[in-house]
Amino acid sequence: MGMESTLIRFILRHSLRQQIGVVILTLVSFPFLYYSLDLPKTIINQAIGGKNLPKEVFGFPVDQVSYLMVLSGLFLLLVFVNGGFKYAINVYKGRLGERMLRRFRYELYVRILRFPLGHFRRVSQGELIPMITAEVEPLGGFIGDAIAQPIFQGGTLLTIVVFMFIQDPILGAAAISLYPIQGYIIPRLQRKVNRLGKERVKAVRKLAEQIGESVSGVQEIRANDNARWQLARFTAQLGVIYDIRFEIFKRKFFVKFLNNFINQLTPFFFYAIGGYLVIQGDLSFGALVAVLAAYKDLASPWKELLDYYQQKEDNRIKYEQIVEQFAPEGMLDEAMIAAEAETVAKLEGNLQTSGLTLIEEDGKAILESVSLTLPLDGLKLAVVGPEGQGKDQLAMILARLILPSSGQIQVGGRDLLVLPVSVTGRRLAYVGPNAYVFSSSLRDNLLFGVMHRPVVGVDYGGDDAAKAARRRREAELAGNSVDDPNADWTDRNEVGASDTAGLLQRLCRLLERVDLETDVYHLGLRGTVDPARRPDIAECLLDARRSLRERLATADLAHLVEAFDRGAYNSNASLAENLVFGTPIGHAFDLEKLTEHPYVIQVLDRAGLTDMLIDTGRKVAETMVELFADLPPDNPFFEQFSFISADDLPEFQALLGRVGRETPSAMKPDDRIRLLALPFKLINARHRLSLIDEALQHRIVEARGIFASNLPEDLKRGIEFFDPERYNAAASLQDNVLFGKLAYGQAQASVRVGQVVTEVLDRMGLRTIVLEVGLDFAVGIGGSRLTQAQRQKLAVARALLRRPDLLILNQSISALDGAAQGKLLTQVLEETDGRAVIWVLSRAQWAKKFQRVIVVKGGRVAEQGSYAELDRPGSALAELLKQD
Amino acid sequence: MSLAEEVALLKSIPLFSKIEPSKLKLLAFTSERLAFDPDQQLFRQGDPGDAAYIVIDGEVSISIDAPNAPTGSIEVAKLGRGAIVGEIAILCDVPRTATVTARGKTVTLRISKDLFFRLIAEFPQIAVEVMRELAHRLENTNLQLREARAAKPH
Repeated sequence: MGMESTLIRFILRHSLRQQIGVVILTLVSFPFLYYSLDLPKTIINQAIGGKNLPKEVFGFPVDQVSYLMVLSGLFLLLVFVNGGFKYAINVYKGRLGERMLRRFRYELYVRILRFPLGHFRRVSQGELIPMITAEVEPLGGFIGDAIAQPIFQGGTLLTIVVFMFIQDPILGAAAISLYPIQGYIIPRLQRKVNRLGKERVKAVRKLAEQIGESVSGVQEIRANDNARWQLARFTAQLGVIYDIRFEIFKRKFFVKFLNNFINQLTPFFFYAIGGYLVIQGDLSFGALVAVLAAYKDLASPWKELLDYYQQKEDNRIKYEQIVEQFAPEGMLDEAMIAAEAETVAKLEGNLQTSGLTLIEEDGKAILESVSLTLPLDGLKLAVVGPEGQGKDQLAMILARLILPSSGQIQVGGRDLLVLPVSVTGRRLAYVGPNAYVFSSSLRDNLLFGVMHRPVVGVDYGGDDAAKAARRRREAELAGNSVDDPNADWTDRNEVGASDTAGLLQRLCRLLERVDLETDVYHLGLRGTVDPARRPDIAECLLDARRSLRERLATADLAHLVEAFDRGAYNSNASLAENLVFGTPIGHAFDLEKLTEHPYVIQVLDRAGLTDMLIDTGRKVAETMVELFADLPPDNPFFEQFSFISADDLPEFQALLGRVGRETPSAMKPDDRIRLLALPFKLINARHRLSLIDEALQHRIVEARGIFASNLPEDLKRGIEFFDPERYNAAASLQDNVLFGKLAYGQAQASVRVGQVVTEVLDRMGLRTIVLEVGLDFAVGIGGSRLTQAQRQKLAVARALLRRPDLLILNQSISALDGAAQGKLLTQVLEETDGRAVIWVLSRAQWAKKFQRVIVVKGGRVAEQGSYAELDRPGSALAELLKQD
Repeated sequence: MSLAEEVALLKSIPLFSKIEPSKLKLLAFTSERLAFDPDQQLFRQGDPGDAAYIVIDGEVSISIDAPNAPTGSIEVAKLGRGAIVGEIAILCDVPRTATVTARGKTVTLRISKDLFFRLIAEFPQIAVEVMRELAHRLENTNLQLREARAAKPH
């Protein structure tokens, strides 16, 4: 289905029936509207004035008052009916417009997915995004009015004109005498506005592009102190837009001015010609007044029609300009991306290319008549060659990501260039050097390659089912996709797993094969698990918690972890953590600002701790002032070590002077609050200030009990208490197993404990569970929370997962260091045993691991054969090896 | 051990003996106290140097790699309470020149490179003391060299 080239065709094709509906609804509303205008006359003349009072209504006798009431009631009814019509028409139009807008956006998006890849070198994100988002927005509003508005307003106009002609043909002619002039001048003026409108759209797109570029290149801008130039460029572009907009503004208002002027001019004819006719006795005075009154009514529909015309022009241009941008040469055939194939035939036989040639737009030949015959069965082919001489493009052509300028590719006798994406995208895999990682979880990114269509639908129950059905129907009406993104899209057959456990196992194995397993394991340790959703995992981890405790004891490492014990003060935790004794959820109990919480103050008062802690706070302040007073305020020690910032230090000095040796109860409330907050950051084992002695510790543990047992219901969601028998949903998996604090001041505590944790989890067979949690890790926008090497490994794993018949890797692990690349290469070749691999290598030396090697140089295949055959003095391969 | 006790100990080390107690308290507060289990290494020869250690309690053994020795290394010294180790690597920006291992349970004060230089920049007294200590060591080395030369038969 191609996209309609003009807006009106688009409207007629997709909404003709609804448009007719709007027109009919509008026409049906007319009589009611007319009657509601007519009724007041009857009320005033008959009911109130008492003239021609009917004796009865619908067979019931009436007097004047009851007749007035009947007519007034009728009037009220008409008000409701008219309002109802207006509402219904607007809703109908709105829905029509929204559906059409939705359809249009969808079609544009489909087109982006069909763009030839080369087009993305010319068109930027910054241009495409505003087109689909902001630029098309007004179209929705216009489409609802597209047909009904001119009919409605035109009809009204015509009625009034006919009325005037009936009153007097000459006056009628006078009333519309200037319309031809308006009809001639205004479109001409409008045309200029339209041209400017086009320019404006282009200028705004350019602005968007520039913003997009600044966002992508912000590091360079800052690193090169280039902001000023960027600002100058931006200003220049704003200037262009300003000029265009101002010009449009002036012209638009000139059109308005001209219209108003001409409209004011017509009465001149009425007075002059009409007056003359009345004096001559050819026209009655009453008729002139009636025509004048009618002419007043004429102004409104005429204005509406002109507005409509301007709007229509605006939207027409917008539509055409957008559609033009979404129709590049060489778009993928729609059938190629939409085709549905249940079972996709295996790619086998020979991969044969003949005369493959690729010529750039500037006429430069990148590849010249490349002809190859490669038996796919277990093919392991290395493609090497100097940078920028065709090896990249060869790989991309074989993956059908770019189309050759001429030449053929056949696989087992089938033409690869016309196979639908459902074949190439499943049987063939390609991984380039900058494979994109989507902003979602690691798991989703891995499964991305096997999500071709929904496999198992979601079983919505009750209300949700109705909601889902309604959504689906709406999507259908707007010509959108009816697939449910919440369905399970994972094609297990393609992965070679029969169930969820098998799938997980396969994912874990692949992570291992691409050397990503340890990384994901550590991400898993830092991840969280919802015990309500996965009680099995939570249970296992609680077991691990107990095992770890035992293991640490037997390995004589128990002193490296101080476990949480409800009855004991934890000297490796801060005072705040000791009091709350749990993981805060959300911001209700921010450990940094604990003393700002009224409930905390209440607990401290009840435990009789407030004054003791204020006194401790005073000691903390004294120590900080003593330690840091001599340091310049910009010294980083403040930030790293001090409890009081450099800015606040003088205030605390003054405060200490003020309170002197006073008891806390004698201090001013403000001073009390400031001092009270200080000791909450104290960690005994770390700070070694000996300010929280055993007596105080004991009191804090008591307060901990008060805090927990009196916690109001609404605050209970703000904290998850430490409980040795319960899984803590708010804490990381690692913290749950550890269930305590790493001891300060023990060399290598974190590494040594980490080793034991891993050992315990592995021995209990929980490694897979940790990996499962790690797979939930959200990778960030464009995979920004992963390293470049991790992203590349992820992309390779993604391609391996679906076991393609032909895997094409194009320098896809180039971010790894040399040794790691060599290791990964071997592992991937092992994993793809029996299936075909074509690997474009950045270093020629690795070609040794492949059965076959081709050297691409200057756009041609310079040599091909086994590594041993090609590695001889003077060969192209030997030269590449020298440069490695 | 509390901060106050650490300060008393630092005071007894020649390098810090002439520095005011309040500065030593800052040093103790901003540096990390680190305990090592028996045979745990503080650092290994060849590692990049990131911190110096002051032995607060226990004893450490200094050894250098010797591929020909039966254990692969030779112990060149034992140092106890109050000794400072690892300062050469952070002062000269060279890799660790020896391996230091805790002999029993050993407690140290770890002074990171950053902190060390900051202290020197902030408190000239410490810089002077460091210079004095280094000059002293150089003088000692010179003395040993002279003695060795004198002892060497011509």
